[in-house]
Amino acid sequence: MKARVHVMLKEGVLDPQGEAVRHALGAMGFDKVSGVRQGKVIDLTLAADSSEADVTDMCEKLLANTVIESYSIELL
Amino acid sequence: MKAAVVVFPGSNCDRDLAVAFERAGFEVAMVWHKESALPAGVDIVGVPGGFSYGDYLRCGAIAAQSPICKAVVEHANRGGYVIGICNGFQVLTETGVLPGALLRNAGLKYICRSVDLKVTTADSVFTEGYCAGDVISVPIAHHDGNYFGDAETIAKLQGEDRIAFTYCDNPNGAMADIAGILSQNRRVLGMMPHPERAADAAHGGTDGVAVFRALTGIVATA
Repeated sequence: MKARVHVMLKEGVLDPQGEAVRHALGAMGFDKVSGVRQGKVIDLTLAADSSEADVTDMCEKLLANTVIESYSIELL
Repeated sequence: MKAAVVVFPGSNCDRDLAVAFERAGFEVAMVWHKESALPAGVDIVGVPGGFSYGDYLRCGAIAAQSPICKAVVEHANRGGYVIGICNGFQVLTETGVLPGALLRNAGLKYICRSVDLKVTTADSVFTEGYCAGDVISVPIAHHDGNYFGDAETIAKLQGEDRIAFTYCDNPNGAMADIAGILSQNRRVLGMMPHPERAADAAHGGTDGVAVFRALTGIVATA
């Protein structure tokens, strides 16, 4: 079983890296970009009897810091 | 008086912190991250600066899950004293011992220089050697020192007089200019600046010494 976890900074939390990417895109002439948010993708290879609840537990305890980040889980 | 300094793979201020404790009169034990217990009779735990576990995932995130950190959290929960500096502050927020989180510096640059800090409260064993309002010069050296807390957290820290130090000229975008905060029982301090690097005349300044000297007033609690 495989799962993919997306971790993003929450709305309202400043993302200076995303801002820097947005500036760079603007400077390159991509003038239709009004916002960039940068996150992480974490792919997990899991035992067959794993559940989404296991992955949620991992997200809550380590993969995301829920003070500043939100996460979503995709079972692949 | 006994201090324990936690050592993670990637810690690089552990020995500086140990020297600062020793100069203040502490007997210091270095404790490797794989240990699951603190040495008996430890009065204060120091969580040092550096790049524990290479800052992988998030600064301090993996260190916060290490065996020794469980013991540090228990020590804090029992009312023990803890000081976390720089990466140590990041580790303490990741364990939940201190609220909030440290984000990437707003200007995206790693900043390594001395900054002026205002002592915001003298009401803690860490800051009682200063007067509230004192301005001290202490080095910072971080990439992720931009303190973040939600509005409720910031209001609570302010309302409970738990902001220990603020930046006079905010270098990293930290909310409310926060450089260091205290736990609710005022026995845990987390701060991004490095008082242990301003603890000897050869460092170029000794404004950080009072943090360690004041700690000699603590009695065994844990």
